[in-house]
Amino acid sequence: MEPTPTSNGGCGSGCGCHQDPGDGGDGDDATRRNLLKAAGVTLGAAAFAKALAPLASWSRENLSVDEFLQQHYRELDKEQLAAVLKRMEDDTKEDYGADVTITDHRPQKGVKFGYALNLSICIGCRRCAEACHHENNHDRATANSYIRVLEMQKGSIDIEQANAHYDHPVPHPDKFYMPVQCQQCDNPPCVHVCPVEATWKEEDGIVVVDYNWCIGCRYCEAACPYHARRFNWTKPEIPEEEINPDQSYLSNRIRPQGVMEKCTFCLHRTREGRMPACLEACPTGARVFGNLLDPESEIRKVIDNKRVFVLKEELGTKPSFFYFFDE
Amino acid sequence: MNATLSEPAAAAPHDAKFHTTSYLKFLRMAFRLATEGTWSFYLWMTVLTCVFLVGAHAWATQVAQGMVVTNMTDHVSWGLYIANFTFLVGLAAGGVMMVIPAYIYHDKDMHDAVIIGELLAIASIVMCLMFVIADLGRPDRFWHMLPFAGKFNWPISMLTWDVIVLNGYLLLNLHICGYLLYKRFLGEKPDKRWYIPFVFLSIAWAISIHTVTAFLYCGLGGRPFWNTALMAPRFLTTAFVAGPAFIILVLQIIRSMTNMKIGSGSIQTLVAIMRITILIGLLMLGSEVFTALYTGGGHAVGIKYLFFGYHGLDSLVPWTWASVVCMVGAAVLLMRPKVHEHLRTLGPACVLAFVGIWIEKGMGLIVPGFVPSTLHEWVEYLPSAAEWKIMAGIWAAGLMVYTLLLKVAIPVFTGNYSAIRSFSSTRCPT
Repeated sequence: MEPTPTSNGGCGSGCGCHQDPGDGGDGDDATRRNLLKAAGVTLGAAAFAKALAPLASWSRENLSVDEFLQQHYRELDKEQLAAVLKRMEDDTKEDYGADVTITDHRPQKGVKFGYALNLSICIGCRRCAEACHHENNHDRATANSYIRVLEMQKGSIDIEQANAHYDHPVPHPDKFYMPVQCQQCDNPPCVHVCPVEATWKEEDGIVVVDYNWCIGCRYCEAACPYHARRFNWTKPEIPEEEINPDQSYLSNRIRPQGVMEKCTFCLHRTREGRMPACLEACPTGARVFGNLLDPESEIRKVIDNKRVFVLKEELGTKPSFFYFFDE
Repeated sequence: MNATLSEPAAAAPHDAKFHTTSYLKFLRMAFRLATEGTWSFYLWMTVLTCVFLVGAHAWATQVAQGMVVTNMTDHVSWGLYIANFTFLVGLAAGGVMMVIPAYIYHDKDMHDAVIIGELLAIASIVMCLMFVIADLGRPDRFWHMLPFAGKFNWPISMLTWDVIVLNGYLLLNLHICGYLLYKRFLGEKPDKRWYIPFVFLSIAWAISIHTVTAFLYCGLGGRPFWNTALMAPRFLTTAFVAGPAFIILVLQIIRSMTNMKIGSGSIQTLVAIMRITILIGLLMLGSEVFTALYTGGGHAVGIKYLFFGYHGLDSLVPWTWASVVCMVGAAVLLMRPKVHEHLRTLGPACVLAFVGIWIEKGMGLIVPGFVPSTLHEWVEYLPSAAEWKIMAGIWAAGLMVYTLLLKVAIPVFTGNYSAIRSFSSTRCPT
């Protein structure tokens, strides 16, 4: 057979297979070649280790075995959960220097939360967005918030005409304002698309994320029609003295890098019978929050007596967040 | 398979002991074939290794510092990685355009070269999986996706379907290629029962990988730009342009660098496929553009931005028109009669088609799905240096895998390697 450029005549590794005649000196050549190969492989492996060095130091500093092996929130029993909460409090102390309490707030029986917003009196001051920023321990550098206030053109309810980046005294006489946050859909696209069940809808209607289970694929962010989800592009930065120490596993504890987060209707407050931070911050009383299953609640009165609408109803997401005009 | 090689009729079945020793020999031979080569081979692999290392370092930095090193934002939350992933699923599916003529229509030339397409599927899927991992914010939690150990949101999440079909396609092609190579190594005729059913399954499976990938996007009601029933057919059509285009180029290279016989019939068939699919692809694009622009409203915004920009925001416009020019140029070049004989026309046509579709799947499909955002905010995106590096690294890794696979497969299939003879002659004594 004819030696080809690729076959290079025989196997050349001294295994005893027959060489073609005329390949004299192949033994030396093979030895040199093997030496070169060994040197190449060693060099390659060393370079590979060097290239991945940032990964090694990151996992040493930021990833404990317990954290790596932690089960899904809904699989944890009482003791496991207590250990996890303790570990997270310790980690917060170590990373941020703050003493915080991380609790596990569960949904209450007979409660389904709903939110309504009076567009006639919202003045677009963005105090709700700011309150959210502080309450939920958002990254200071990005001024993140779960609420976006849209400045709408009078004469249109189309958000295509809206502007979220207005920068002038409010309220502007030609505009009205529409804050948008997670609509806590009853048919949530974000929950359907998650490949690992890291996000789900709780019995009281709140869509939550297990920040320690999320793999950061951001499919939910692509699926949400309301721009309600946020990704932690880097580790959140908050000065120690600004950290809100009243935290909950499923809501406002400081999120890890590389995972999704979202509005939880401040479940660490609302599941204790308090109001969400955005509602308390609102100077005009445009926000109404309560239990949809309680016929005497204020939210039910709004839904029963006002002409309410939901955002992008045609998508079939069935929001638990309602908008209405007063007059 | 290749009838040109003299091979004994179906041999008596071997026992497990025989396979243990001979399979180890097969692996040893494969290892040697993959590591022996000319200086140009070593140079090629060294360059790819260097590019791969640059990418690996960029990725390690991304995991450590966070995805802030990319130019993705909460508005444009998928970018270059998912774009390449989408394109490469198409490239993997495109290999099936060799499998169908070879196995269903018994095209002899194609039958001899079909392994080139099957190996391309393997390399492409490897790249797809790497791009998915590069896109994860928490790759350390990858195990959460494993069935049983983690939680697998099947059948609701389309992403879990994609995990199944992509890994399934990888396994199918590994089995088919591995089995045929091993049998050829033993100098035996492959048993049809052990690969023909898998080949037919892989044909349906190839369609499924790109269909499911399209469903990832078109199933999202909140993204009007993606929410079109034409997406899956369009994906398949463009895959059947990009796949054959790449394979034609690879066949030319193999023809000039090895002594593997590539019959002109296989290139002729691939060209015939491309000629039709590229025109259907353009027709579908035109249909989408017309429907959006003539109707106007929410669905038109994305397409208007893509082709003409929006209030001074126009970073995607050059990409879009470059893609259209590439595609139309390729379509025109392919119209030349007997283009398969005019390699100076065919080569550029294939390159143009490949580049045009690569742009279309990324800057023309993934990114505009996010611009404007669901609340109609306008945030533009162009990839960061880290993203380009990671992309280059993954492509280098994929090309390395493909090179090594071909490096083993071609000598084994042409029987033009002394190791085969020497190994198969020592078969009986051991």
